[in-house]
Amino acid sequence: MAVEMLAYIDRKSPIHQLTGVSKLICFIVWSSAAMLTYDTRILAFLFIFSIVIFIVSKIKVSEVSFVLIFILVFLFINNLAIYLFSPQEGVKIYGSSHVLIEIAGRYDVTIEQIFYQCNVTLKYFAVIPVALLFIVTTHPSEFAASLNKIGVSYRISYAVALALRYIPDVQRDFRTIALSQQARGIDMSKKEKLPIRIKNAASIIFPLILSSLDKIETISNAMELRGFGKGNKRTWYSARPFQTGDYVTLVVFGIIFVTAMVVTFHDGNRFYNPFES
Amino acid sequence: MKKRVIEFNNYSFKYHSQAAPTLHDINITVFEGEKVLIVGPSGSGKSTIGHCINGLVPFSYKGEATGSLKIMGKDAHSIDIFSRSKIVGTVLQDPDGQFIGLTVGEDIAFTLENDCTEQGVMKNLVEETAKMVEMDEYLSSSIHHLSGGQKQRVSLAGVMVDKVEIILFDEPLANLDPATGQYAIELIDQIHKETNTTVVIIEHRLEDVLHRHVDRIIVVDDGLIVADMCPDKLLSSEILESSHIREPLYVRAAKYAGCDVIEEMMPSQLHSFSIETCKDKLLDWFEKANDAVPKEIKLPVLQLKDISFRYAPAHETIKGISLSVEKGEMVSIVGKNGAGKSTLSKIICGFEKPRSGSILFKAQDITGDTIKERSLRIGMVMQNPNHMISKHLVFDEVVLGLIIRGVPENEAKKKVEKVLKICGLYPFRNWPISALSFGQKKRVTIASILVLEPEVIILDEPTAGQDLRHYTEMMDFLAELNRQGMTIILITHDMHLMLEYTTRAIVMDKGRIIADDPPSVILTDSEITRQANLKETSLLFLAKRVGIKEPKEFVEHFIAYDREVRRQWQ
Repeated sequence: MAVEMLAYIDRKSPIHQLTGVSKLICFIVWSSAAMLTYDTRILAFLFIFSIVIFIVSKIKVSEVSFVLIFILVFLFINNLAIYLFSPQEGVKIYGSSHVLIEIAGRYDVTIEQIFYQCNVTLKYFAVIPVALLFIVTTHPSEFAASLNKIGVSYRISYAVALALRYIPDVQRDFRTIALSQQARGIDMSKKEKLPIRIKNAASIIFPLILSSLDKIETISNAMELRGFGKGNKRTWYSARPFQTGDYVTLVVFGIIFVTAMVVTFHDGNRFYNPFES
Repeated sequence: MKKRVIEFNNYSFKYHSQAAPTLHDINITVFEGEKVLIVGPSGSGKSTIGHCINGLVPFSYKGEATGSLKIMGKDAHSIDIFSRSKIVGTVLQDPDGQFIGLTVGEDIAFTLENDCTEQGVMKNLVEETAKMVEMDEYLSSSIHHLSGGQKQRVSLAGVMVDKVEIILFDEPLANLDPATGQYAIELIDQIHKETNTTVVIIEHRLEDVLHRHVDRIIVVDDGLIVADMCPDKLLSSEILESSHIREPLYVRAAKYAGCDVIEEMMPSQLHSFSIETCKDKLLDWFEKANDAVPKEIKLPVLQLKDISFRYAPAHETIKGISLSVEKGEMVSIVGKNGAGKSTLSKIICGFEKPRSGSILFKAQDITGDTIKERSLRIGMVMQNPNHMISKHLVFDEVVLGLIIRGVPENEAKKKVEKVLKICGLYPFRNWPISALSFGQKKRVTIASILVLEPEVIILDEPTAGQDLRHYTEMMDFLAELNRQGMTIILITHDMHLMLEYTTRAIVMDKGRIIADDPPSVILTDSEITRQANLKETSLLFLAKRVGIKEPKEFVEHFIAYDREVRRQWQ
């Protein structure tokens, strides 16, 4: 069957047992911490801790490898762009310049720049495992309920949850369509030249959109016929009450967040500067 | 006098997106606790009637309405779609598309959630309702792991949880195999009896719905009500035939035999149908039969040898299948959902690679060929036309494959025009495909494969969503191609299709072939039909009741005769 990425992966683990709401809050807290701080020590800690959480969740790296590779490629491009557009950012931040390799004027590679970009990468690394976990360990039916509980309108929450749920369906459709187009002689393999392949890919997108629109019409009719969107509020069948584990987790994440912020900002600067003597 | 729950009075409706009205001046009254069946060919307006009742018209599909429609005595336009959903519960056609929740409990609870029911109360109500449809043990199961029949129960529970007054079924049998369909009808009947809810069923598989009693049948054709009467009276009239709706086969057989079917014979159900008066005529008709067709031995065009395949390591989807299809054959592959029919067709086309075994085309091994190479010999028409259509205009879509193969423009144009004429699409050649009906789209996809002139063509559920007229048109057209030498493989749930058009049926169950015989043999074999979720044909029971000793031959005679009659129709 088609690869199912970003779909719920069922396991028995402490992470799975947490309610969707606490996972969502933790995810938000975690990414805010990682976003606000540039303190290498904090980032390193967050990174290691997120690896630990990942291991606890019993999710295998191979199960999320596709998305992971996608993010890593994106991260690489991002790093390249930072260097291209602002090669002296590190020097500006840390106030010193140790040239490592001389290239030309402002493109000289400095230790400060490398250090800065390492920090940026570390930020990603600290957030990626947690973000992936949030998506693959939150049961889709709890997903909407959690968003709604923290104040997002239930209509939007449901839309997001449905979109996530249809990812596997769309992937399956994509594959079916690609095969049926190939059966008419449209070649998508590497044998064909790139511009033609891109053009051929369009012949998949069109039917994919059509069949997705079909699905949307059916489901929105079904929802409306059963009273969705009637009131300003709704209740949730699958919402779960908080348990001790949830409280403990929230407190731990709260402490991590506060500590991270205190350590980061106690000297009035978001950056940890190893170049100061 | 009974309460009127639905009342159409001189009601007409025109969709904004269409030029002509879909419903013309219709009058229908449905009383409390009644069970009414609405039948009609596709495009007749029967679905629109359903939409008017559940409020999708005019709240989701806009248009102009004249005349009046009252629901529970109130003007329907004053009841918005949400209040409407408290009165009318709708079970939609697509069994998978309509599930909103992921687990059984969650889906049943959906309406309650929208009513802000408190969680504890909700859980109790859900359990109570689930018990009514005997699904209370599956509350936490994922819906996608349920069987077709169980899915039907869940969608029914989802609307019953709200204690609605009217339950509307919009083509509940589409996409169900014959045995599951029969089961669904029994379930609807049971619910109707237990709750005394008013039931409206929109469906064109008349014989299947009549498996259980209905009070009244309304026939819609071209936006008009052409009949509104009890089933016995309708079946003894000529109305069904002129509206191109398939009569139950046993009634048709009786009519062919020259019997005068009248209301008093109670033809609506086979067991109540009094055939005493026409026994002799049926026996006579059968004795005159002489349909022996000599079988020629031809060369095998497609051979599968010991094919095995699996999606996941633990579960073998196809288990060592061997079969051989001869040139010029018209074969059907049947079996319940998940039996491996579609997977087998994908293996033949090269969409999936078999784990072991080989595929021969005219004695040449093609197991290693790519999809593209195989497509030169074997054409595949998918079940869902939306998975194939990639161009805006009909002509462009059909010509696509030829252009890719580098056929010169002039020649390509000629070929496409010829195919479009055969498929009855020539007048639409410059139409946008989005303006076509589902059935027409399906024909576009068939045309786009035919134009490539493959030697073997595989069609997955070719007649889904087609009414009897289009069904006959398309199948006769395929039969004609078949006579000209094309080998055709049909994957289908439709027993009429396999019975009427194919000479051989391959029955699959759990990844194996459990039977490979003429359809008349298979549909009279109770063991095979049970295993494959098929249904024995009603003709068999009729033959038994009349006292015919060779029921299989009786079925064959009917098919041959029927084919001849329908050929003259056109």
